[in-house]
Amino acid sequence: MSVSTTAVGKRYPPTVYAVGREKIREYAMAVGETNPLHHDVEAARAAGYADLVAPPMFCVVYCAPALGPGLFDPEVGIDFARMVHGGQQFRWGPLVVAGDEITTAVSVTSISEDGGRRYFVFESVSTNQAGDTVCVGTWTNIVRGA
Amino acid sequence: MSDLDVTTPPVTRTQIVRFAGAAGDFNPMHHDEPFAQAAGQDSVFAMGQLTAAILGDAVAAWLGRDRLAGYGVRFKAKVLPGDDLVLTGAPVDGEPGRYELQAAKADGGEVVLTGWATTRA
Repeated sequence: MSVSTTAVGKRYPPTVYAVGREKIREYAMAVGETNPLHHDVEAARAAGYADLVAPPMFCVVYCAPALGPGLFDPEVGIDFARMVHGGQQFRWGPLVVAGDEITTAVSVTSISEDGGRRYFVFESVSTNQAGDTVCVGTWTNIVRGA
Repeated sequence: MSDLDVTTPPVTRTQIVRFAGAAGDFNPMHHDEPFAQAAGQDSVFAMGQLTAAILGDAVAAWLGRDRLAGYGVRFKAKVLPGDDLVLTGAPVDGEPGRYELQAAKADGGEVVLTGWATTRA
Protein backbone atom coordinates (compact mmCIF):
# COMPACT_ATOMS: atom_id res chain seq x y z
CA MET A 1 0.00 0.00 0.00
CA SER A 2 1.44 3.38 -0.92
CA VAL A 3 1.47 6.16 1.62
CA SER A 4 -1.25 8.80 1.55
CA THR A 5 0.02 12.30 0.88
CA THR A 6 -3.30 14.13 1.24
CA ALA A 7 -2.11 15.84 4.43
CA VAL A 8 0.86 17.57 2.76
CA GLY A 9 0.49 21.31 3.18
CA LYS A 10 -1.91 20.96 6.09
CA ARG A 11 -1.51 23.60 8.80
CA TYR A 12 -2.37 23.24 12.47
CA PRO A 13 -3.54 25.94 14.86
CA PRO A 14 -0.65 27.93 16.36
CA THR A 15 0.08 27.49 20.05
CA VAL A 16 1.49 30.01 22.50
CA TYR A 17 4.08 28.96 25.09
CA ALA A 18 5.07 31.28 27.96
CA VAL A 19 8.73 30.69 28.80
CA GLY A 20 9.23 30.47 32.55
CA ARG A 21 12.44 31.09 34.47
CA GLU A 22 12.05 27.97 36.61
CA LYS A 23 11.22 25.88 33.52
CA ILE A 24 14.52 26.93 31.97
CA ARG A 25 16.35 25.98 35.17
CA GLU A 26 14.49 22.65 35.37
CA TYR A 27 15.28 21.84 31.74
CA ALA A 28 18.93 22.86 32.02
CA MET A 29 19.28 20.75 35.17
CA ALA A 30 17.75 17.71 33.42
CA VAL A 31 20.17 17.97 30.52
CA GLY A 32 23.16 18.57 32.78
CA GLU A 33 23.73 22.08 31.43
CA THR A 34 25.74 24.16 33.89
CA ASN A 35 26.18 27.41 31.92
CA PRO A 36 25.21 30.27 34.30
CA LEU A 37 23.20 31.89 31.47
CA HIS A 38 20.58 29.18 32.13
CA HIS A 39 20.63 29.32 35.94
CA ASP A 40 21.77 32.71 37.22
CA VAL A 41 19.65 35.76 36.36
CA GLU A 42 22.41 38.19 37.28
CA ALA A 43 24.88 36.37 35.02
CA ALA A 44 22.38 36.42 32.17
CA ARG A 45 21.74 40.15 32.66
CA ALA A 46 25.46 40.86 32.88
CA ALA A 47 25.80 39.13 29.50
CA GLY A 48 23.19 41.45 28.03
CA TYR A 49 20.03 39.33 28.20
CA ALA A 50 16.76 40.37 29.84
CA ASP A 51 16.50 37.14 31.84
CA LEU A 52 17.64 33.50 31.90
CA VAL A 53 18.53 32.24 28.42
CA ALA A 54 16.92 29.04 27.15
CA PRO A 55 19.31 26.22 26.16
CA PRO A 56 19.32 25.56 22.40
CA MET A 57 17.14 22.46 22.44
CA PHE A 58 14.57 24.10 24.71
CA CYS A 59 12.88 24.70 21.35
CA VAL A 60 11.52 21.17 21.69
CA VAL A 61 9.63 22.31 24.80
CA TYR A 62 7.93 25.31 23.23
CA CYS A 63 7.29 23.48 19.92
CA ALA A 64 5.84 20.30 21.45
CA PRO A 65 2.28 21.58 22.00
CA ALA A 66 2.14 22.74 18.38
CA LEU A 67 3.55 19.46 17.00
CA GLY A 68 1.19 17.10 18.82
CA PRO A 69 -1.90 17.57 16.63
CA GLY A 70 0.09 16.86 13.45
CA LEU A 71 1.94 13.85 14.84
CA PHE A 72 -1.33 12.29 15.94
CA ASP A 73 -3.43 13.43 12.97
CA PRO A 74 -5.13 10.35 11.43
CA GLU A 75 -4.90 12.03 8.04
CA VAL A 76 -1.09 12.09 8.41
CA GLY A 77 -1.23 8.49 9.59
CA ILE A 78 2.00 7.94 11.55
CA ASP A 79 2.10 4.41 12.99
CA PHE A 80 4.10 4.92 16.18
CA ALA A 81 4.56 1.19 16.72
CA ARG A 82 6.60 1.12 13.49
CA MET A 83 8.55 4.32 13.99
CA VAL A 84 12.26 3.60 13.63
CA HIS A 85 14.02 6.89 14.02
CA GLY A 86 14.23 10.28 12.47
CA GLY A 87 15.99 13.58 12.59
CA GLN A 88 15.57 17.25 13.35
CA GLN A 89 17.04 20.47 12.09
CA PHE A 90 16.78 23.93 13.60
CA ARG A 91 17.66 27.45 12.51
CA TRP A 92 17.64 29.92 15.36
CA GLY A 93 17.11 33.66 15.48
CA PRO A 94 17.33 35.84 18.60
CA LEU A 95 17.83 33.83 21.78
CA VAL A 96 14.73 32.89 23.77
CA VAL A 97 14.72 34.18 27.35
CA ALA A 98 12.45 33.73 30.36
CA GLY A 99 9.40 35.93 30.01
CA ASP A 100 9.11 35.46 26.24
CA GLU A 101 5.85 34.30 24.72
CA ILE A 102 6.56 32.01 21.79
CA THR A 103 3.94 31.35 19.13
CA THR A 104 4.56 28.22 17.06
CA ALA A 105 2.80 27.18 13.87
CA VAL A 106 3.27 23.71 12.37
CA SER A 107 2.61 22.42 8.87
CA VAL A 108 3.13 19.15 7.02
CA THR A 109 6.02 19.66 4.59
CA SER A 110 6.20 16.28 2.90
CA ILE A 111 5.13 12.66 3.14
CA SER A 112 7.02 10.16 1.04
CA GLU A 113 8.00 6.52 0.80
CA ASP A 114 11.37 5.14 -0.17
CA GLY A 115 12.83 1.67 0.20
CA GLY A 116 10.04 0.45 2.45
CA ARG A 117 10.30 3.46 4.74
CA ARG A 118 7.88 6.31 5.13
CA TYR A 119 9.11 9.82 5.77
CA PHE A 120 6.83 12.30 7.50
CA VAL A 121 8.30 15.81 7.60
CA PHE A 122 6.87 18.73 9.56
CA GLU A 123 8.01 22.34 9.74
CA SER A 124 7.57 24.55 12.78
CA VAL A 125 7.96 28.33 12.78
CA SER A 126 8.27 29.97 16.20
CA THR A 127 8.08 33.72 16.78
CA ASN A 128 8.46 35.76 19.93
CA GLN A 129 6.20 38.53 21.20
CA ALA A 130 8.18 41.10 19.18
CA GLY A 131 7.52 39.19 15.96
CA ASP A 132 11.09 37.92 15.57
CA THR A 133 11.46 34.39 14.21
CA VAL A 134 13.33 32.59 16.99
CA CYS A 135 13.30 29.07 15.56
CA VAL A 136 12.44 27.27 12.33
CA GLY A 137 12.39 23.53 12.90
CA THR A 138 12.27 20.61 10.46
CA TRP A 139 11.06 17.41 12.12
CA THR A 140 11.47 14.12 10.23
CA ASN A 141 9.79 10.95 11.45
CA ILE A 142 10.71 7.68 9.75
CA VAL A 143 8.33 4.74 9.92
CA ARG A 144 8.73 1.20 8.60
CA GLY A 145 6.25 0.37 5.86
CA ALA A 146 3.41 -2.02 6.65
CA MET B 1 39.57 26.66 18.20
CA SER B 2 40.20 23.07 19.14
CA ASP B 3 37.75 20.32 18.16
CA LEU B 4 34.94 19.22 20.46
CA ASP B 5 35.79 16.06 22.40
CA VAL B 6 33.82 15.57 25.61
CA THR B 7 32.80 12.44 27.49
CA THR B 8 29.56 12.80 29.46
CA PRO B 9 28.69 11.16 32.77
CA PRO B 10 26.51 8.05 32.34
CA VAL B 11 22.86 8.67 31.50
CA THR B 12 20.77 7.51 34.47
CA ARG B 13 17.14 6.53 34.91
CA THR B 14 16.79 9.49 37.23
CA GLN B 15 18.06 11.82 34.52
CA ILE B 16 15.60 10.31 32.02
CA VAL B 17 12.74 10.86 34.48
CA ARG B 18 13.93 14.38 35.21
CA PHE B 19 13.98 15.12 31.49
CA ALA B 20 10.50 13.59 31.08
CA GLY B 21 9.19 16.17 33.52
CA ALA B 22 11.24 19.04 32.15
CA ALA B 23 10.33 18.39 28.52
CA GLY B 24 6.83 16.99 29.06
CA ASP B 25 7.59 13.65 27.38
CA PHE B 26 5.69 11.00 29.31
CA ASN B 27 5.92 8.17 26.80
CA PRO B 28 6.10 5.20 29.23
CA MET B 29 8.79 3.60 27.04
CA HIS B 30 11.21 6.02 28.70
CA HIS B 31 10.30 5.61 32.38
CA ASP B 32 8.23 2.41 32.88
CA GLU B 33 10.57 -0.62 32.88
CA PRO B 34 7.83 -3.33 32.70
CA PHE B 35 6.16 -1.42 29.86
CA ALA B 36 9.43 -1.11 27.92
CA GLN B 37 10.29 -4.79 28.44
CA ALA B 38 6.82 -5.90 27.38
CA ALA B 39 7.44 -3.92 24.19
CA GLY B 40 10.61 -5.93 23.58
CA GLN B 41 13.19 -3.47 24.90
CA ASP B 42 15.99 -4.47 27.27
CA SER B 43 15.11 -1.54 29.53
CA VAL B 44 13.83 2.00 29.41
CA PHE B 45 15.98 4.18 27.17
CA ALA B 46 16.69 7.87 26.82
CA MET B 47 14.52 10.05 24.64
CA GLY B 48 16.25 11.07 21.43
CA GLN B 49 15.48 14.63 22.53
CA LEU B 50 17.58 14.13 25.66
CA THR B 51 20.58 12.90 23.69
CA ALA B 52 20.11 15.69 21.15
CA ALA B 53 19.95 18.21 23.99
CA ILE B 54 23.10 16.85 25.67
CA LEU B 55 24.99 17.15 22.38
CA GLY B 56 23.39 20.54 21.64
CA ASP B 57 24.48 21.95 25.00
CA ALA B 58 28.03 20.71 24.48
CA VAL B 59 28.06 22.34 21.07
CA ALA B 60 26.73 25.61 22.51
CA ALA B 61 29.49 25.56 25.13
CA TRP B 62 32.06 24.82 22.43
CA LEU B 63 30.98 27.35 19.78
CA GLY B 64 29.29 29.93 22.06
CA ARG B 65 25.61 30.01 22.99
CA ASP B 66 24.99 33.28 21.14
CA ARG B 67 26.87 32.18 18.01
CA LEU B 68 25.01 28.90 17.49
CA ALA B 69 22.63 29.53 14.57
CA GLY B 70 21.71 26.10 13.30
CA TYR B 71 21.78 22.52 14.48
CA GLY B 72 20.60 19.25 13.02
CA VAL B 73 20.69 15.66 14.22
CA ARG B 74 19.82 12.20 12.96
CA PHE B 75 18.94 9.57 15.50
CA LYS B 76 20.95 6.38 14.95
CA ALA B 77 20.68 4.19 18.04
CA LYS B 78 19.13 4.03 21.50
CA VAL B 79 20.93 5.32 24.59
CA LEU B 80 20.43 3.09 27.63
CA PRO B 81 20.88 3.87 31.32
CA GLY B 82 24.57 3.54 32.15
CA ASP B 83 25.77 4.65 28.74
CA ASP B 84 28.26 7.47 28.77
CA LEU B 85 28.66 9.32 25.53
CA VAL B 86 31.64 10.68 23.67
CA LEU B 87 30.62 13.93 21.95
CA THR B 88 32.82 15.06 19.09
CA GLY B 89 32.76 17.91 16.62
CA ALA B 90 35.06 19.46 14.06
CA PRO B 91 34.93 22.18 11.39
CA VAL B 92 33.86 21.05 7.92
CA ASP B 93 36.68 21.64 5.43
CA GLY B 94 35.88 24.35 2.92
CA GLU B 95 32.66 25.43 4.65
CA PRO B 96 33.41 28.23 7.11
CA GLY B 97 30.97 28.32 10.02
CA ARG B 98 29.83 24.72 9.55
CA TYR B 99 30.72 21.85 11.88
CA GLU B 100 30.06 18.12 11.83
CA LEU B 101 29.05 16.40 15.05
CA GLN B 102 28.67 12.95 16.51
CA ALA B 103 27.64 11.27 19.74
CA ALA B 104 28.81 7.71 20.32
CA LYS B 105 28.78 5.28 23.23
CA ALA B 106 32.05 5.42 25.16
CA ASP B 107 31.82 1.65 25.59
CA GLY B 108 31.95 0.02 22.15
CA GLY B 109 31.74 3.16 20.07
CA GLU B 110 28.23 2.69 18.66
CA VAL B 111 27.12 5.97 17.06
CA VAL B 112 23.85 7.21 18.54
CA LEU B 113 23.59 10.62 16.84
CA THR B 114 25.16 12.32 13.88
CA GLY B 115 24.66 15.98 13.24
CA TRP B 116 25.86 19.39 12.17
CA ALA B 117 25.94 22.90 13.52
CA THR B 118 26.36 26.33 11.98
CA THR B 119 27.44 29.60 13.53
CA ARG B 120 26.35 33.15 12.78
CA ALA B 121 28.60 35.10 10.45
